[in-house]
Amino acid sequence: MYAVAIVAILVTLSLALARALMGPTVFDRIAAINMFGTKTVLLIAVFSFLTGRLDLLDMALVYAMINFISVVAVLRLFSHKDFHSPAENNVISVKVRRRWF
Amino acid sequence: MVLDILSWVCLVAGGLVGVVGAVGIHRFPDFFSRQHATGTTDTLCALLILLGLGLQAGLSLAAFKVALIFLFLFITSPAATHALASAAVHSGLDPKRGRTDSEGQS
Amino acid sequence: MDLLIDISLLTFLAVTAIGIIRITNLFAVIMLFAIFSFLSATLFMTMDAVDVALTEAAVGAGISTVLMLATLALNKDHNEKQPDKNRHWLPLAVVLTTGAVLVYGTLDLPDFGDPASAPQTHVAPHYIEKAIEETGVPNIVTAVLASYRGFDTLGEVVVIFTAGIAVLLLLGGRREDPLDDGAKDKRVPQNLVLRIVSKIVIPVIMLFALYVQFHGDYGPGGGFQAGVIMSAAIILYSLVFGLGAAERIIPKSVLMFLTSLGVLIFAGVGIASLFLGGNYLNYSVLASSQVAGQHIGILLVELGVGITVFAVMLTIFFAFAGRERS
Repeated sequence: MYAVAIVAILVTLSLALARALMGPTVFDRIAAINMFGTKTVLLIAVFSFLTGRLDLLDMALVYAMINFISVVAVLRLFSHKDFHSPAENNVISVKVRRRWF
Repeated sequence: MVLDILSWVCLVAGGLVGVVGAVGIHRFPDFFSRQHATGTTDTLCALLILLGLGLQAGLSLAAFKVALIFLFLFITSPAATHALASAAVHSGLDPKRGRTDSEGQS
Repeated sequence: MDLLIDISLLTFLAVTAIGIIRITNLFAVIMLFAIFSFLSATLFMTMDAVDVALTEAAVGAGISTVLMLATLALNKDHNEKQPDKNRHWLPLAVVLTTGAVLVYGTLDLPDFGDPASAPQTHVAPHYIEKAIEETGVPNIVTAVLASYRGFDTLGEVVVIFTAGIAVLLLLGGRREDPLDDGAKDKRVPQNLVLRIVSKIVIPVIMLFALYVQFHGDYGPGGGFQAGVIMSAAIILYSLVFGLGAAERIIPKSVLMFLTSLGVLIFAGVGIASLFLGGNYLNYSVLASSQVAGQHIGILLVELGVGITVFAVMLTIFFAFAGRERS
């Protein structure tokens, strides 16, 4: 039964990769690549249960984190063209800081 | 036994939802509708598959890690989708519209 | 099942590589590089090299993606370039020849997992049979990395240290006002969602980095991976809240201190074992029993590796991201 899930995820991966290669706009590509990353996390999780090596779940977690960070990084650069300034205008940032810190 | 069946159902359903989403990003006409396909199925697929795995693991460290992965995906995946869509809107990408603008169909 | 996964992943890998060559948008290419790293990491995982896979995922997909993006940010020209119409036959010939030579070279390599091959017959059996008994560390990779091959690892840490220093020397000259963030960029989108999600996620990432650091004796992971994951958390903070905010949390002076501190801890453990009557980096003399000594030594050494890797990764990122576009 794990096999069914793995095959389904592999099919999903291939379709997502196709969209990443074809995607007319850059956002299509990024969305497809983000989806690819998420599905890789699931693939590793299912794979670790399939083989019984449950320490592989650590890897799935790392993947999930890294995938998020790289998507944030690419979007950040795309909407700003640089890495210096914060991703927000000051009004919002002050408001958020008060509530969360 | 019941848990087994339940977890198999979850795994298969999760795989199915994933494939549906993947077909969706090819069938839908423009970026925003594709975002709808990926955004919704990503979360549901992760939920179902990880739930299936968690049921298999029972109460153990593995189940805890699976839950952690799920929580992480559940928070970050919609956030990434949102950020992507808002970046697309701000960069001037317009949703594709159908014949009548008021209905907004494509 | 394993075969199917391997074949699919290798196919994806090849398709991704072709895509990287064909696609002209540099953002998409960098994202594809991240996918490439994920795929190779997954392949390492199916080959049971979990520690390598962790490193590849964290460094290849995480840090180098961010660094490549930072490099792209330094370039003025973000536009898609049309591929050059001229055909370059000489480079093609060079690439094909080199590739053919490399493929020819692989014919002499032993099969994957061949028990009679050279790496499996010298020291590996000793490590595999004796590691738990001699070091008390269940994860053999950590035992080999930190204890048996501690000297090599010290060399690697020094290489990373040197890389950090070199980047500081080359790119250290930076703009005057690192703390003056915001206010100048009015057209930015409202990223409230990203901010709040990052605040939830960053502590989890840091906690997980500590888990990878201190659980490295028992499961996959160790100082290298933990340092990279920890720096990824700070990089995420810097991406969402601005470079100035991140540099206020970890000032450059602290980073430089940490960079040296890690190497100092590693080398210091070696000196300590010298003074206690053992060889350099022989941890057995650090405590009354051999296993306890090894345990303390490995823990300290991994900590040193983690601190240096963390500080150097952040130094490099700050140096790249802090530069004005030329």
